[in-house]
Amino acid sequence: MESIQNMSRRNFVKVFGLASGGLIIGCQFSSEKDIVRIDDGTTFAPNLFVQLKKDGKLILVCSRSEMGQGIRTSLTSAIADEMEADWNYVSVEQATGDKKFGNQNTDGSRSVRTILEPMRKMGATAKALLIAAAAKKWQVAETDCKAEMHYVINKNNDKKIFFGDLVEDAMKIDVPTNISLKDKKDFNYIGKTLGSVDIKDFTHGSATYGLDARLPNMKFAVIARCPSTFGTVKSFDKTATLKIAGVENVIELERVKKPFGMLGGVAVIASNTWSAIQGRNNLDIHWDKGSNGQYDSKKYMQKITNRVHNNAKVAPPTKGNVNAAFSKASQIVEATYQLPHLAHAPMETPNALAWVHDGKCEVWAPLQDPQTARADAAAYLGIEMKDVTINVTFLGGGFGRKSKPDFVIEAIALSKKINAPVQVVWTREDDIQHSYYHTTNAQYLKASLDKSGDVTGWLHRTAFPSINSTFMPGANYAAGWEIGQGMNNNPFDIPNTRYENAKAEPFVRIGWLRSVCAIFHSFGINSFIDELADKAKKDPLQFKLNLIGKDRIREEESPHPLNTKRLKNVLNIAAKNAKWGRELPEGHGLGIAFYYSFYSYVATVVEVSVINDKLKLHHIWTVLDCGMVLNKDNVLNQMEGASVFGSSIALYGKITAKDGAIEQSNFHDYKMTRMNEIPPIDVTLVESDEAPTGVGEPGVPPVAPAIANAIFNATGKRYRSLPLSDHGLV
Amino acid sequence: MPLLWAIRDIVGLTGTKYGCGVSQCGACSILIDGEVVRSCSLPVSYGIGKQITTIEGKTDNLEYLREAWEEINVPQCGYCQSGQLIAAASLLNTNPNPSDQDIDDAMSGNICRCGTYPRIRKAIHKAVKLKNK
Repeated sequence: MESIQNMSRRNFVKVFGLASGGLIIGCQFSSEKDIVRIDDGTTFAPNLFVQLKKDGKLILVCSRSEMGQGIRTSLTSAIADEMEADWNYVSVEQATGDKKFGNQNTDGSRSVRTILEPMRKMGATAKALLIAAAAKKWQVAETDCKAEMHYVINKNNDKKIFFGDLVEDAMKIDVPTNISLKDKKDFNYIGKTLGSVDIKDFTHGSATYGLDARLPNMKFAVIARCPSTFGTVKSFDKTATLKIAGVENVIELERVKKPFGMLGGVAVIASNTWSAIQGRNNLDIHWDKGSNGQYDSKKYMQKITNRVHNNAKVAPPTKGNVNAAFSKASQIVEATYQLPHLAHAPMETPNALAWVHDGKCEVWAPLQDPQTARADAAAYLGIEMKDVTINVTFLGGGFGRKSKPDFVIEAIALSKKINAPVQVVWTREDDIQHSYYHTTNAQYLKASLDKSGDVTGWLHRTAFPSINSTFMPGANYAAGWEIGQGMNNNPFDIPNTRYENAKAEPFVRIGWLRSVCAIFHSFGINSFIDELADKAKKDPLQFKLNLIGKDRIREEESPHPLNTKRLKNVLNIAAKNAKWGRELPEGHGLGIAFYYSFYSYVATVVEVSVINDKLKLHHIWTVLDCGMVLNKDNVLNQMEGASVFGSSIALYGKITAKDGAIEQSNFHDYKMTRMNEIPPIDVTLVESDEAPTGVGEPGVPPVAPAIANAIFNATGKRYRSLPLSDHGLV
Repeated sequence: MPLLWAIRDIVGLTGTKYGCGVSQCGACSILIDGEVVRSCSLPVSYGIGKQITTIEGKTDNLEYLREAWEEINVPQCGYCQSGQLIAAASLLNTNPNPSDQDIDDAMSGNICRCGTYPRIRKAIHKAVKLKNK
């Protein structure tokens, strides 16, 4: 049982007069466990999350962005559960970007992990208020009352009062000082499956995404940006553009030199999107390609590969002496892995509608991090944050791209210049060619095996342009947290280990993409230990379990220490589900991989066949231990989706650059897996009472190496680079 | 002007989505005389005199599909689902009881980046059951 102490009425309850016809409850909480990025403080301003109307209607506010992870349903269901509310009365309101709602940054698989408990407290406090109001009315003790399905019930005589009928009385009650949270056995919604509150909007085309935002007299803009990153406009001719029907204006935009500042370029403003696209096609622009204009990703891969083949900067912790272990080895195994850049390619391209007028600014956009957008907008316009309103629409996918609101600044800049609402639309080509790319990576792994086939030494070198370079130009080495995504803190019990990081300078904007550095480190590590198992002549599953070693908890990693028992458990369940070790049809293979990321444990087995050199996926079994589950079906859906996302990375994901320009442009050359390529996906969730951990991202990292390992199992061929389409397999 | 932009920016029905503009993803799918087409790649003139159904519309098959979609909780972000539903409606218009293979053949032109494919497959079968009930 947890309790909330010393909450002042001033901070807690706000009554908004009769006009609103209801009781609005806010709450102050601090999020000591939250990982705070840039300007987010650790102390939260008073918040408004619960609004109960006299007719019983309950409006619950979702502070995090909805991009497919079901957060609008899951977070609010936790409030409703603790409040003993009837879900049929609930509607969900999306918070605007505002610090009063606490940290709203929807990435890092952290929403449930960090704010489930505060949301539960919000509901529990509302319930306590309603119970207190009823008890006063009945002149009984609060302990004689309980709440159930939108009613407060008098336990002595079974009389009951509807929540809505308690609104006026509850307004007069002082906030209780001792609130308790429910026991797991009493949950109505938490841990169960609750369909999306937005499902009907999704099936009727009535959900408003950023691209669907509309204002009277709005204009549509499409921007030509330099093919090479940070290149600039030398000159341009707009004559042919202005001849296109519907085109109204052509405006040059300057780059804003900030992490999420706009790239700049030439904007075409029109009365509709199509005219703007046509107008842009007709622009004649001469670019100064700038210092990134020579970027050749093929040559660059050679460069960072050479670097990982040589000594590099040590990334602590170093344990024992790998060289000594190598010199005593019975066998030495080494391998190099190479992975390309990726683009997020959410189905809804980046976009923003902005209206700057009368010293104020209002934005409608699909944003993962609306507070950063708000701060950047205020800074760009030189106005106060209170004069900037950021409306968060539905996100047609995010995957990290929509954490970076460069597109908002573009819309604001244009709206200000033409004094009208402007929607900036990124075409798919813009999205693929001007992203904040998932970085490209080379890894070298070397290990020693003793006579019994145990690993005695482990050297892991990695090189990749860092996300830090987007924030600090000149940052040419990886950030600690990037290496810490499973590389220098792998879960293995090996006596001698050394980790190294080689220099890698960026030539494009680098950003985070679903599961970030875990994508390539999981591929390197899971592929390499499969190779080691083969050299040691051991079963890959047993070899992996053995490498993880005995049960132990890395207590130093508070608040979610790695527990090797949980990791081995997911591996064992996945293997069991896939009937690991069974006889397989001709040309078939099973591959297994696992990863610990965002504090969650995932293992994945894939069955493939390679017949006539063509790869086919036959089945995916994936197992997740993310501690306590909030909405079961959401979690299953995320894991299914992660399997598909991981399959796209394995089969097709590749962004390349030549002469500074991205060579891919749309879904014909930046391919996604499609329905006919995706086999049945079985997901198992481990029952757990542990604190909730990440869900959105952890399912991705094991998929690609499980596929590569399965191909090895089927064919004896080892593929050490992705995508597999490069090897002619698809 | 392609039908997609006329529907979205001129008519003002925004349920039909832009995803690629080059007939690669299916987000812009609409029904013309009951058959699925990519509205991003067809000129407005193509629609003259024809019956156009967007996701805002109502047909028997669409209604069964919606019910199945809702029951199985298919969507994640939901953005591609307008096109998925339209493509599925077109499939059921010509094939009232599709096999998994028929579904794959009909639906593989529609990309879902969230990866709801297994649920879409399941929901199409479910819609058939609902219809035959």
